[in-house]
Amino acid sequence: MEAFTTHTGRAVPLRHGNVDTDQIIPAHWLKKVTRDGFEDGLFEAWRRDPDFVLNHPERQGATVLIAGPDFGTGSSREHAVWALQNYGFKTVISSRFADIFRGNSLKNGLLTVVLAQETIDALWALTEADPTTPVTVDLHTRQVHAPGITAAFDLDENARWRLLNGLDDISITLHNEHQITAYEATRPTHKPRTLTI
Amino acid sequence: MGRTLAEKVWDDHVVRRAEGEPDLLFIDLHLLHEVTSPQAFDGLRQNGRRVRRRDLTIATEDHNTPTLDIDKPIADPVSRAQLETLRANCAEFGVRLHPLGDVEQGVVHVVGPQLGLTQPGTTVVCGDSHTSTHGAFGALAFGIGTSQVEHVLATQTLPMARPKTMAITVEGELPEGVSAKDLILAVIARIGTGGGQGYILEYRGPAIERLSMEARMTVCNMSIEAGARAGMIAPDETTFAYLKDRPHAPRGADWEAAVAYWRTLRTDADAVFDAEVVIDAAALAPFVTWGTNPGQGAPLSACVPDPASYEDASQRLAAEKALNYMGLSAGQPLRGIRVDTVFVGSCTNGRIEDLRAAAAVLAGHRVADGVRMLVVPGSVRVALQAVEEGLDQVFTTAGAEWRHAGCSMCLGMNPDQLAPGERSASTSNRNFEGRQGKGGRTHLVSPQVAAATAVLGHLASPADLTEAAAPATAGV
Ligand code: SF4
Repeated sequence: MEAFTTHTGRAVPLRHGNVDTDQIIPAHWLKKVTRDGFEDGLFEAWRRDPDFVLNHPERQGATVLIAGPDFGTGSSREHAVWALQNYGFKTVISSRFADIFRGNSLKNGLLTVVLAQETIDALWALTEADPTTPVTVDLHTRQVHAPGITAAFDLDENARWRLLNGLDDISITLHNEHQITAYEATRPTHKPRTLTI
Repeated sequence: MGRTLAEKVWDDHVVRRAEGEPDLLFIDLHLLHEVTSPQAFDGLRQNGRRVRRRDLTIATEDHNTPTLDIDKPIADPVSRAQLETLRANCAEFGVRLHPLGDVEQGVVHVVGPQLGLTQPGTTVVCGDSHTSTHGAFGALAFGIGTSQVEHVLATQTLPMARPKTMAITVEGELPEGVSAKDLILAVIARIGTGGGQGYILEYRGPAIERLSMEARMTVCNMSIEAGARAGMIAPDETTFAYLKDRPHAPRGADWEAAVAYWRTLRTDADAVFDAEVVIDAAALAPFVTWGTNPGQGAPLSACVPDPASYEDASQRLAAEKALNYMGLSAGQPLRGIRVDTVFVGSCTNGRIEDLRAAAAVLAGHRVADGVRMLVVPGSVRVALQAVEEGLDQVFTTAGAEWRHAGCSMCLGMNPDQLAPGERSASTSNRNFEGRQGKGGRTHLVSPQVAAATAVLGHLASPADLTEAAAPATAGV
């Protein structure tokens, strides 16, 4: 996983609440068997509208997505995270994320930042007025900075440590494999099995 | 202090607990399908890892599978490639697979329970958000992303922070003609699509206890639509009776030991939930959605709401956008809305009881002219059972299409899709923009409402059918 320490970039203000994963990446894209090449599927339906914010020339190359509440609801598809990353986003800011989406994003090094809706309103106003406004997300200090705005965000220490170091969960878990083996030895025999091995 | 059902199951699966770390949970059952697994198997290969517990892993094909001509090669090369990838991965890693054409094939959340693999007090995961379905058995079941699929394949565990718990207590008794689907749509409309966020829901109370296992699965299935990670129902005699003698249910002494354990899985009287919602079942009625998220629903007898009536600005905006997309206007009666397509199926309502309910309404009627009705059983087993009961005949006689098992029009990854602007009444779980096909408009309904809607050509309940019955049958 790519590490996330601090990132500064231009923003895309996305004034939509309840952006579900079917909007982020429609189902027909899910037939791909790789983790890349999803950038063209990102917000595919909305991007057909020339007025959609992502299509504005001044938003090209932006890396910070600032969205309405309940971002990433719906399916568990990790493709939604890959599509955002493939497109170039490093971080997404919202007042509330769907649980599975949030988990998926943090496992891939896409930092999801929860801020109060008032702060998001202020960030929207700022980045709409001047698309070149830099927005900084600093995971060391757990703060978001933009001209005139400094907002702290929460992220549990464990997730933060893994992101800062770009650590892969599986290796961390396998480090404690003896505990898995010990647990397996105590599992009752009535538990279901799919195969007799 | 007492513990809730969710806490008991959680505690029984903690492999490692350490200060400042999420708990490491053991996973009893890992379900796989073709869409969210290829990148996970790739990850294993790249790191030279194996599947740790092949005996706790099972795969089936559902999302991409066609529901017609299943004996011919799959026409869409990309869908075919994805299915072939799953087959190759299962062969390489030694995972049990039920492919298209196999008698145990079907939607992953229908297959697990019918095989008896989903059991009380187990942890169940799948790279699919509707894994919450399995919570109907008192299992802790949640959808995971592909990185987590890889994690479970490699370690049979998952690091997880424990969610909070919310009780959804449903008092009283559901009125005649009101189904589990109506109940869960009403719950979601009440708490909102984000209302369950961060929680495991426990559905309880007299109305829940009276539900059949299949109805409980319908309820738990849509927990994710309320934003919750999982939904659970305490196991009871109904659960044990459903499981007894299923292919993977415990037998003999193991059965006795299992039931004894299962009986302990009830929320203690002195346990405290982090939140509680109480719903009066008697006040519920057939429920349909009018918008583009499952929380935008109302009783069938109501009218499309006026966005201006929402105090919250983001809800107002969402309602405006939804009405625009759905081609509806405020104040329009829901009952009059005409549909082009009716879909009965999915992991929400594609089980035998759902098909029976739809067939009972449809019997003696015909699908209205200009309406296409698709009936897609949730699994091959469900299809066989339906044929044995003659339900397929009821559907085809009425003019509906009887298809092969799969996800089908629930998400339009296979050829079953809505055309732009087409409107459906669907027994599935998501009415998101474009979910059933680009530009398609979806109203979520129960199987009973779906069948009545097919006959009348507009959103309707079975009660409307009895009123309209005289002219309708006279014409046949
Ligand atoms: S039936 Fe629909 S919701 Fe269920 S697993 Fe298939 S696509 Fe997902």
